[in-house]
Amino acid sequence: MTRSQKRKVFNFFMKLVGLLSLALALIVLLSLILDLAIRGGGRIDMDFFTSFPSRRAGQAGILSAWVGTLLVMLITAFLTILVGVSAALYLEEYSKQNHPMTKLIELNILNLSAMPSILYGLLALGIFVHYFKLGASLLTAGLTLSLLVLPIVIVSTREALRSLPSNLKEASFALGATRFQTLYYYQLPSAMGGIMTGVILALSRAIGETAPLITIGALTYIAFLPQSIMDPFTVLPIQLFNWLSRPQAEFHVNAAAAGLVLLTLTLALNLIAILIRIRVRKSIKW
Amino acid sequence: MVENSTKLQIKNLNFFYNTQQVLKNINLDISEKKVTALMGPSGCGKTTLLRCVNLMHELVEEAEALGEIVLQPQNINLLGLDVDPLWVRERVGMVFQKPNPFPKSLFENVAYGLRLRGMKNQTELSDRVEMALNQAGLWGEVSDRLQKSALALSGGQQQRLCIARALAVQPEILLLDEPTSALDPISTAHIEEQLSEIKKTVTVIMVTHNLHQAARCSDDTVFMLAGEMIEKGKSQKLFTNPQDKRTENYITGRFG
Repeated sequence: MTRSQKRKVFNFFMKLVGLLSLALALIVLLSLILDLAIRGGGRIDMDFFTSFPSRRAGQAGILSAWVGTLLVMLITAFLTILVGVSAALYLEEYSKQNHPMTKLIELNILNLSAMPSILYGLLALGIFVHYFKLGASLLTAGLTLSLLVLPIVIVSTREALRSLPSNLKEASFALGATRFQTLYYYQLPSAMGGIMTGVILALSRAIGETAPLITIGALTYIAFLPQSIMDPFTVLPIQLFNWLSRPQAEFHVNAAAAGLVLLTLTLALNLIAILIRIRVRKSIKW
Repeated sequence: MVENSTKLQIKNLNFFYNTQQVLKNINLDISEKKVTALMGPSGCGKTTLLRCVNLMHELVEEAEALGEIVLQPQNINLLGLDVDPLWVRERVGMVFQKPNPFPKSLFENVAYGLRLRGMKNQTELSDRVEMALNQAGLWGEVSDRLQKSALALSGGQQQRLCIARALAVQPEILLLDEPTSALDPISTAHIEEQLSEIKKTVTVIMVTHNLHQAARCSDDTVFMLAGEMIEKGKSQKLFTNPQDKRTENYITGRFG
């Protein structure tokens, strides 16, 4: 075989390996969705969304779980956007770029994003539940998940700001803008797409988290709706876990149905992120 | 003919970037409502000198400017420690080498500086935007699409938009940093024509490494070399009868 033939064979071989790996990942994901749909799809109706969990599998629903998920997500989103975006703005625009302290903070943010989520649960149990006596409440859950996804939002917001051309920042300064005015009138509106994408991806990570919430003591069986942010709660993944751990097969059908709802919510969040990205790409062309 | 009054006095200006000296003892008077061209080969410090005038160098941590840049008739040293950079940039506008409109509508681009200064009245904003676009010679081409994205304009139109954006806040001095070096000859001619209109109300300082441009559209020309000011004079005189040997070598094309 000549050298160029060898290279072509190798090229073909690598292409094949890549395609097979991709197919494997996709097939597993598709069969999971299909399996959930076949087993749980029939269980989903209006009653499933409007009923509390019950000892009888046929009457059990996910009312407290989806309301809990929704409220926890709202609190998480509020806290994450507020703290995450501000932190990113500070790091990117106000801090001294080459200061060792800045470098240290940057390094630690990257480390934090790789930390196992259960450790955030332990941290929250110690600080929010025991020290601040917030209990296993919606607020504690929001704070915990917010801590968990903050690094994602900080990193993606900084990336979004950094991808803006610096000569436009200069133009803004040359027109007499302060740092804040430059952020407010030019940088934030232009980076909004990237920032929102990061926030939504962070939320879609938070929505499926179970471990830290179980650690802070979230209940698995709740037959009422929370009245304030200090009330106990449950969320979809915990309800799912609860049903799955029962011996009766009927509850496993409920678990599959709840899994389908959770999956749909996550995919919907991702879809929104993609739509925002497309919209922003269309409206801003450099 | 009556001699024009001085708008800007640069006195003993030295500029350092880290330990490297970029400008060496520059002394220069800029005449009011004239076009002054700063000319010289790449790296001679002409852009640095220009950026000092609206304190853009303060955005770079390692840069330091020593000396005085006095704005008249206020008689204020722009490099003074008690001078607010925002105050300076309100009076000294700047247009950069590469057109850099914001990813906003034409109207919002020109209105940007006005909004920064808190102007909210819509009719007032519209009037000022139209005035600025007229001054920059762009109004006729874009008056029917002010709400369209500025990025849909051609490069030459974008640069005139940037000029309009700088003029909208009615500065006393307009700095142009090689405003046509990224443009085609027709767009360049457009902007050069507009300069005679602009200088009726504003003092213009323009950096160029294009000899012909300096000769064509400036009243005064300053020749710089390796951080030093070599010669300054009326453009007509400097190009026909240079006093310094180095100026002569440069304009006759012996180096550059």
